[in-house]
Amino acid sequence: MSSIDYRAELAKAGANIDSPWGKLRFLARRYPLGAAGAVILAVCVFAAVFANYITVFDPLSTNAALSLARPSAQHWLGCDFMGRDVYSRIVYGARISLAVGLGSLGLGLTCGVIIGLTSGYLGGWVDLAVQRLIDILQSLPLLVMALLMTASLGPSLRNTIIAISIALVPSSARVVRASTLSLREQPFVESAKAIGMSELRIAFRHVLPNTLAPLIVLATAQLGATILIEAALSFLGLGVPEPYPSWGRMLSESAAEYVRTAPWLVIFPGLAISSIVFGTNLLGDALRDVLDPRQRS
Amino acid sequence: MGSYLVRRFGLMLLTLFGISVIIFVMLRIAPGNIADILFDAAGFVDQAEKAQIMKDLGLDKPMPVQYASWIGGLLQGDLGYSYVTDRPAIHEILPRIPITARIAGLALLFAAVIGIPLGVISAVKQNTRLDYILRVVSLSALSMPAFWLGLLVLMGFVGYFGTIPIYSDAPQSFGAALVMYSVPAAVVGFRSQALLLRLTRSSMLEVLRQDYIRTARSKGASENVVNYRHALKNAVLPVVTLIGLEAAFLMGGLVVVETVFNIPGVARFLVEAIRWRDYPIVQNLIMYIAIIVVVVNFTVDMLYAALDPRIKYSD
Repeated sequence: MSSIDYRAELAKAGANIDSPWGKLRFLARRYPLGAAGAVILAVCVFAAVFANYITVFDPLSTNAALSLARPSAQHWLGCDFMGRDVYSRIVYGARISLAVGLGSLGLGLTCGVIIGLTSGYLGGWVDLAVQRLIDILQSLPLLVMALLMTASLGPSLRNTIIAISIALVPSSARVVRASTLSLREQPFVESAKAIGMSELRIAFRHVLPNTLAPLIVLATAQLGATILIEAALSFLGLGVPEPYPSWGRMLSESAAEYVRTAPWLVIFPGLAISSIVFGTNLLGDALRDVLDPRQRS
Repeated sequence: MGSYLVRRFGLMLLTLFGISVIIFVMLRIAPGNIADILFDAAGFVDQAEKAQIMKDLGLDKPMPVQYASWIGGLLQGDLGYSYVTDRPAIHEILPRIPITARIAGLALLFAAVIGIPLGVISAVKQNTRLDYILRVVSLSALSMPAFWLGLLVLMGFVGYFGTIPIYSDAPQSFGAALVMYSVPAAVVGFRSQALLLRLTRSSMLEVLRQDYIRTARSKGASENVVNYRHALKNAVLPVVTLIGLEAAFLMGGLVVVETVFNIPGVARFLVEAIRWRDYPIVQNLIMYIAIIVVVVNFTVDMLYAALDPRIKYSD
């Protein structure tokens, strides 16, 4: 039986996948849209980390003389009604979006993984009860669930992260449970049991790493969703409060009345939200193709 | 099928019971109840008066009693009183339902009429420039917050027509209502349209590879007959499911779009009630949303068997 030497085949096709850079170049050529998504996200992360180096004005300092100033050489994206520089607020706003996005994703996924893994691995009545609970949590749209949590917890940066993360738990628990159900029947789990490994250790050391691929695909898709929910909550005045320069809140301040008088207050923050979510969607699609070929689009 | 239906119906009731408990508990653990809020606003606390208000609102009773009286009332159509307006909650909620229902219906219609044909075109023209454009546009639609799209549409109206299509008075005629609701409906439906496009495309691509499509082609059927009569008919099942799910989940988009367009519907009312901490309204509205979602999910499951004779739920 002949076998295919993938390295030789790839080398013949001009791909050098021996070095990490070569691998990246190969993936970027193979998935150009995914690479574009990664670049957009990288720009946002860069802006968030180095916000104080790439802006001149303080995003919080007000100046009545500059109220609703048009975009100019000094204030590239204009100023808001309190005379705050819109460019600086958008750059600093990346911190809020990413902090809420990654924070709630991290918290939601951690809870989801623990619940999904326990439910799938233990099976029986635990699984049945957890599945019903997930059904219940999934019977509300994400934003409505987040609204319910905000109504209960009150608007603040920390509560926004908690509210969104609770809304994210069911889907990650479901994905991990589905993978765990098939993995626990695999021979390597039986071997681990045979050599006397504890159930907890098998679940976390052997089963969990094998559920990572679908989880990464889900996490990328959900990063965009969390950013959109944060923006919507802040737009409604129920998310990240002042003085944080949240993109959603910037739009709520400038909503319908500035549509006529100061369109830059509407265009740029929305463009920032859409770009980062577009980036995560592009990257998510590409990662799904790489990591989960059965769902290839 | 019979026993599946009974089991599925039982699960639906269980889910509704569970969500009602979650809604009730979440709103009870909120920091500060309405009595605290009223006194916060006044700036002083008269303990006797506060106790009287709590008694009047039933907040002094044990939680299970409060829950039972809420559910009991809900089953009889008594939703309690709004803390803010002091009117029966049902009188606040009922007149707003038709407004939101109209926008949701129009949004779904828009999504299906645009999304499904574009999905078919995208699949038939796979890997052509048109396909790439449609895919990028649909992905952009999924990335845009609905409230931003709404604001851009308002901006476009101001620029081109000099008017702003936000709700001011109740429309008097059918035509006026159609005009008034169709713009926000298109904004809400834009995202669903993109989802339908993507799903129709992938479902069509799968069907177009089937043997019976090749057979139809070899028998000389025209491209349109193959695509719309043979392929789409078989590709449409997951799309119908998604339309059902979107019908239930449109609320997320409606919440922000009603706010942008100043529409006095249920979704905007929910946001206002949360801001005022008018818990009887919040509690009942979220329960109402949950009932719609769960019932629609149940109906979609049942429709599955009706639409596709290959699916039979075993007894």
